[in-house]
Amino acid sequence: MQKIGVFVCWCGSNIAATVDVKAVANAMRSEPGVVYSTDYQYMCSENGQNLIKDAIRDYKLDGVVVCSCSPRMHEATFRKTALSAGLNPYMVEIANIREQCSWIHKDMEEGTQKAMVLARAAIAKVKKNAPLTAGTTPVTKRALVIGGGIAGIQTALDVADAGYEVDIVEKSPTIGGRMAQLDKTFPTLDCSACILTPKMVEANQHENIHLITYAELENVSGFVGNFTARIKKKARYVDETKCTGCGICTEKCPSRKGLNAFNMGLNTRGAVYIPFAQAIPNVAVIDTENCLHFKTGKCGICQKNCSAGAINFEQKEEILERKYGAIIVATGFRPIDASAFDEYAYTQSKDVVTSLELERLMNAAGPTGGVLLRPSDGEHPKEIVFIQCVGSRCSKDAAKGKEYCSKICCMYTAKHAMLIREKYPDTNVHVFYIDVRTPGKNFDEFYRRAAEQYGVDYIKGMVGKVSVEGKKLHVQGSDLISNEQVHIDADLVVLATAIEPDPTARSIGTMLTASMDTNDFFTEAHPKLRPVESPTAGIFLSGVCQGPKDIPETVAQAGAAASKVIGLLSKKELVGNPCVAHANELLCNGCSQCEKVCPYGAITYEDKEVRGPEFRGTKRIAVVNEAICQGCGACTVTCPSTAMDLKGFSNNQIMEEVDAICR
Amino acid sequence: MSDKITKEEILRICNVQPKKCMKCGKCSGTCPAYDEMDYHPHQFVYMVEHGQIEKLMASQSIYKCLSCFACLERCPRNVEPAKLIEAVRLAVIRQQGKNHMTENDVPALLDEELPQQAIVSSMRKYKK
Amino acid sequence: MPMNQEWKPKIVAFCCNWCSYAGADLAGSSRLSYPADVKIIRIPCSCRLNPLFILRAFQRGADGVILCGCHPGDCHYSTGNYYARRRMTALFGMLSYLGIDSRRTRVEWVSAAEGAKFAETMNDFAKTIYALGENVKLEDLRCKEN
Repeated sequence: MQKIGVFVCWCGSNIAATVDVKAVANAMRSEPGVVYSTDYQYMCSENGQNLIKDAIRDYKLDGVVVCSCSPRMHEATFRKTALSAGLNPYMVEIANIREQCSWIHKDMEEGTQKAMVLARAAIAKVKKNAPLTAGTTPVTKRALVIGGGIAGIQTALDVADAGYEVDIVEKSPTIGGRMAQLDKTFPTLDCSACILTPKMVEANQHENIHLITYAELENVSGFVGNFTARIKKKARYVDETKCTGCGICTEKCPSRKGLNAFNMGLNTRGAVYIPFAQAIPNVAVIDTENCLHFKTGKCGICQKNCSAGAINFEQKEEILERKYGAIIVATGFRPIDASAFDEYAYTQSKDVVTSLELERLMNAAGPTGGVLLRPSDGEHPKEIVFIQCVGSRCSKDAAKGKEYCSKICCMYTAKHAMLIREKYPDTNVHVFYIDVRTPGKNFDEFYRRAAEQYGVDYIKGMVGKVSVEGKKLHVQGSDLISNEQVHIDADLVVLATAIEPDPTARSIGTMLTASMDTNDFFTEAHPKLRPVESPTAGIFLSGVCQGPKDIPETVAQAGAAASKVIGLLSKKELVGNPCVAHANELLCNGCSQCEKVCPYGAITYEDKEVRGPEFRGTKRIAVVNEAICQGCGACTVTCPSTAMDLKGFSNNQIMEEVDAICR
Repeated sequence: MSDKITKEEILRICNVQPKKCMKCGKCSGTCPAYDEMDYHPHQFVYMVEHGQIEKLMASQSIYKCLSCFACLERCPRNVEPAKLIEAVRLAVIRQQGKNHMTENDVPALLDEELPQQAIVSSMRKYKK
Repeated sequence: MPMNQEWKPKIVAFCCNWCSYAGADLAGSSRLSYPADVKIIRIPCSCRLNPLFILRAFQRGADGVILCGCHPGDCHYSTGNYYARRRMTALFGMLSYLGIDSRRTRVEWVSAAEGAKFAETMNDFAKTIYALGENVKLEDLRCKEN
C-alpha cells in the first residue's frame, strides 16, 4: 500500500481566495493511499518545504502531491525538497491549482471542486510513478571544429582560450577560408588579410589548437559529450614536419596547368603549390592530377630541389580516430555557379566575372597584382556594370537560383563600386538592383556614400541580357524609375552571385544527424533563443553554414557557439533527463517504426537474449540511448506493440489521470 | 459580348500569379520589343494585378509582343509575363469575334529569322 | 432537474509542456477565465498523445477532448506536432464512425504567448460541448464492467 502525502498551498490569497484549501486538504485525506494531507500558506517557503520534508520522514511517504502553482514554476523546487528528505525526486507530482484553477475561476465552489479533481488526478498519477535516476555520462574535454574559415578559427580560439583542446579539420591545404580571398571588408574598408592572418597565426601557435588540414571527416558516431570522429588526412606528398615553406619547389615545377583555386581559377599554378603566401600551415601540397611525376612517372624536379627533403611521393593518406565532447560545424559557403545564368554571358566572355573573382582581380596578391584589368585582354575597363541578386531571391518554381536573399551582396557590391571609383575615377560604374538592403551598423551610410560621394550609378531594375559584341559587352536592362530600357556597352560585368552552403555540408549533416533546411543550411535548435546550437545535442553551428552572414555576424556567432561549447565541456559529467523512452524487451519485436519517428536518432536496434514467458531466445529489440533521447514520446505512440513507454509520462500514468478527471 | 473583362478572367486564361512579382524589371530588361511597346512586360504584370485590363486591351503592345518568351524564361520568380500578355491578347480577340488577319496573310510576313514559336503564336494571335 | 444537479460536462484538455501548457499558465496569470469543466493534462509533446488516451476518456464518460500543441514548425522536438496532427486526423475519422460527434474532439495550436487564444479556445470548445449535451459512453466489449 502506497503512502501518499498531499500538500495544499494557499499561495497567500492567490489560491485561497477562490479555492477552499482546507476543504481540499480534508477531502484528499480520505482518498485511498493518502496517509497525510495538509495545507500551508506558502508551500514553497523554507517553512513550507520543511513541512514536506518532515512529513516524508514522519509518515515514510513514498509519493508527494503538491497542490500549488504551475509545475513550470516550482516543480524543480519541490523535487529538490523531496530529494533532501530522502525521497526520489520523481515521486513528486504537482497539481496546478493556481494558474489553471484559482486564477481563472471566480466562484469558490467551482474552484474548490476543480482543485479537488486536479489533486485526485495528481494522486492517481503519482501512484503509478516510479523512482527515476537521471543517467550521467562523462564528457570528453576536446572539441572538433569542422572548417577552418574565420568562423572555425574564431570558435577554436575562444574554446582553446578557455583551456580545452580543439582540433580544426579543414578540407583544403590551408586554413583561412573565404575571408582570406577577400580584398577589403565593408563598411570600414580595412584589408581582409591584415585582420585575418594574425588570427590564423594565433590559431596555429595556440598550444590547445591542432590543425588537421587537407583532411576530411569520414564518419562520426556517439552522442553529446562522447563523439568519435574518423578523419581522413589526405596525402599531401609533402612531409609537413620537414617542409619549411620556402617555395622553391613551386617555382621549379614545370607543370603550369593547375587552376589556382585561391584566385578563383583566374590564373594557373604549379602542380606543387602553396595556396597563398600567408597559408597556414605554410606547407606545399602536390596536386596529383597535374603532377608530371604522378602522370608519367618521370619528373621529380621538386624532390631534387627540396633542400629539406620534404617531398615524399610515397606518402599515404592517414586515418585519425579521435574522441570529442562537442562538434562545431563551420563549413561555410561558396558562390553558386554563375554559368546557369547564361543570359549574363558568364560562359561566353572572360569579362563577365563573379564578385569573388573581382575580389581577386582587385587584390594586391591576386593575378593582376591589384590592378583592375579585364581578364580577356588585360586592359583597364572604363565601363563596369554590376548586376545584383544573381541567383538570389528566385521563387521555388523558377528554373534556377535560390529562394533566399544572400545578404552580403548589396554591401560588397557597394564596396566594389566605391573602391573602383576611388582608384579609377575615370571609370563609370553602374549597379542594377532590385532592392538595396543595408540593415547593419553604418551599412546604409556606406551605400549612400557610394552613390552620393563616389557617383556610382544605381539603376533600379534588372539586367535582362548581356551579349558579347566584339570587345564590348552589351548590357540590356530596365530602369524602372524612368520606365526605360537601358543599354550600356560595358567593358566588364560583375555578377553578385548568390551564396550557397559548401557542398560538403550535406554529407556532414547526415554524419552528425544534424537537421538541415531545404537549402542545405543547418537548422538551429530554436530560431530565436538557441541560434548557435543544432537540435542534435552536442552539435553547434558557427558562421554561414547556418545561413548567410557577413564577417562581424560570423565572428559573433562563432564566439556564441564557443561559449556554448565551453559550457558543455566544463561539465564534469552530463546529467540526462530521466524522463526518456524505454522499450519493454518482452514486447518489442524490432519493427523499426520507432526509429523512423525519432527526431534525434536516439533509437538503435540490437539482438538481445530475451527470457520471457512467451519467448525465449535472441531477438532484435529497440534500444534507446538515454543520453540522446529528449523525451518527446513520439515513439511511444507509434509503437504497434506498446513496448515503448515514456518514463515520467507513461501510458499508465496518463490513463490514471484521464480516469481521475472523468470520474 | 460587351462584358467587361476582369482581372480574374485574364488570370483564369493564363494561370499566372502576378502577386509573385518582386518588381525587379528583368522581363522588361530582356524584352527585344521593348522600344515598340507603350506598356512594357513589367507594367503588364503590375496593371493586371491592379485590374487595369481595359487600358492593356486598348494598347498596341499586345500585338508588339513577339512571344519570344525571353521574359518568361528569365524571370527569377517564374511570373511568366508572356503568358499574361498572351491572355490579354486572347481576351481582345474573343471580344472582337473577328479575325485580325487571315492565315493566308501570314506567309508573306514570314522571314527566315522568325522563330518557330512566333509563327505558332501568330496563328493564335490573328486567328479567331 | 434541480439547479444544483445541473449537468456539467467533463472536458479533458491535453496540453504539450512547451507551448500550450505554458499558454494555459499565461491565461491564468492574465486572469482570463474559461469554464472549470476543462481539466488539463500535461504531456511532454502533442505527439505523446496516444489515441488510446482519447478512447479511454470517452469510455470513462468524457464529453469533449481537446489537444493543444505548438504551432506547426514551432515544435520543441521539431516534428512532434506533425505526427500528432496526422494521428488525430486518422483517429477523429474513426471516432465519428464509432458514434462520437466530431465536434467533441478538436486540435488547436496554442503557443506559450497565446494566453488569450487558449482561453478563447477553451470557452468556445466548452460552449460547443454544452450545446451538444451529454455524450454517449464508449464501451469496451473486451472488459465490460459488471
